[in-house]
Amino acid sequence: MKIKVTGYYKQWMRDKGSMTRNRWIQYVAKPIVFAACLIPLVILIIKALTGHLGANPIEATTRSMGDWALRFLLITLAVTPLKHLLKWDWLIRFRRMLGLFAFFYACLHFLSYAGLDQFFALDEITKDVIKRPFITVGFTSFLLLIPLAVTSTNKMIKRLGKRWQPLHRLIYLIGIGGVIHYFQLVKADTRNPTIYAIVLAILLSYRLWAKGIQNKRAGYKYDRLKIGNLPRPSSKQP
Amino acid sequence: MLIKIKTNLDIPSSEITDKKLYLNRREFIRAASMAAVTAASGSLGSDLLMSDTVQAGEKLEGVVKGPYSTDEKPTSYTAITTYNNFYEFGTDKESPAEIAPKTLKPRPWSVAVEGEINKPAVYHLEDLIPKTLEERVYRHRCVEAWSMVIPWVGFPLADLIKRFEPTSKAKFVEFTTLYDPEQMPGQKRAILKWPYVEGLRMDEAMNPLTILAVGLYGEVLPNQNGAPLRLVVPWKYGFKSIKSIVKIRFVEEQPMNTWALAAPDEYGFYANVNPEVDHPRWSQARERRVGEFFKRKTLMFNGYAEQVAHMYANMDLRTYF
Repeated sequence: MKIKVTGYYKQWMRDKGSMTRNRWIQYVAKPIVFAACLIPLVILIIKALTGHLGANPIEATTRSMGDWALRFLLITLAVTPLKHLLKWDWLIRFRRMLGLFAFFYACLHFLSYAGLDQFFALDEITKDVIKRPFITVGFTSFLLLIPLAVTSTNKMIKRLGKRWQPLHRLIYLIGIGGVIHYFQLVKADTRNPTIYAIVLAILLSYRLWAKGIQNKRAGYKYDRLKIGNLPRPSSKQP
Repeated sequence: MLIKIKTNLDIPSSEITDKKLYLNRREFIRAASMAAVTAASGSLGSDLLMSDTVQAGEKLEGVVKGPYSTDEKPTSYTAITTYNNFYEFGTDKESPAEIAPKTLKPRPWSVAVEGEINKPAVYHLEDLIPKTLEERVYRHRCVEAWSMVIPWVGFPLADLIKRFEPTSKAKFVEFTTLYDPEQMPGQKRAILKWPYVEGLRMDEAMNPLTILAVGLYGEVLPNQNGAPLRLVVPWKYGFKSIKSIVKIRFVEEQPMNTWALAAPDEYGFYANVNPEVDHPRWSQARERRVGEFFKRKTLMFNGYAEQVAHMYANMDLRTYF
């Protein structure tokens, strides 16, 4: 029997002769990170199969998937600051995968609510989305993630060109929405959502700070440019 | 080199009962003992409760079947004792079962009874518990939209109240939970205003459905379920059924209750189970019975309308939620 070697594996066979850092990231690091990102789901499945999800397994499932959606959102938002601060340019190559995992867990979170909790009772879900602020906020944040996931392919990045980045800044809003959603859910103990809010605040204020510095530098350059264009004072003034 | 010599004392792991089976067997025995709740014979359960060394889970003898029990299938003992809202031991459902058995000391225990009564005093717990205990299998509906069926062991609160001889000024009863951050580590953080306080109108307290519970599944009440003495008002959301009571006070004015104080627009004083009045953040129309997959419809007054609806005949239950 002849095994047809295709796609990823074929490319790897072709490339493995010279293991540059690029290839190391693509063929070793990325699959490892990918597998690691699936661990929360695997743990949940094992717990579900062995009856370790507690007395209310549906609630436990929805909560856990929501937690991980929010965690991956924050991890994704941490990529750029870490890249700058540690000067690890290669980190950026993991950002799309991490962002898509945030979307993946958000999907599971939503499906767990809509499917397991409400059993796809559309009337109940619609009522919830309209009437209950915490579901309104959570659902909106989830919907906003969809265009980001759809436009995450190389093709879409190219096609959108300059419009890609402003679109993907939606992630800031989604992060804020996710944390608010968590705050609205708890009855009295706001310790956990507060932790998420602090991390999010740090990650977002880093961006403001970095932007400030960038503007300052740009301004400096601009000033230099202007100065450069001025007619130089002649030393041979009469 | 360590050589392990197999002796007769070593039980092969193949002979050790699998924990799951063992727990199932416990559940089975509990279910069987439930069925065998008989008329008093030999030592009474209340005698056991008077001992200072009593342990959660010890069997209470001579518990009689009380009225108003549902014939619905009781929720498993494991679920009832591991899925608890008892913020004094942490805000997640698992913490009370992990912490309360280690930190809370339910014996010796005393309860201060005060206010508008003829016989105010600090009572030892054993002086409050009557000779005959009843089993009441009640539905329990949490404000968070989950529910259980719990076989309580206890006695009517009305019987106790009569002993204290309330005066005509006693319009409400206020209950207070123990405040001791060493025994209740959750109280080290001001999540709620400690100690936990709850209240009932006098007619609610005297209603024959209202009991004080000291046991569960025919056994001594575990700490995480509110040992040694807790209130059970089955037509109200669970947070009204205050746990680990140290004070009962009879008052003229409606007392403030902890959750209403924490979020007045979300939790009221009455907190009657009502599928038509939603919590601002979620619907109360349906509930998930713990252990079941599909949600079920929530019943008015949690299915106890026949016994309690008359007390609220002229009240707007949307205003007095």
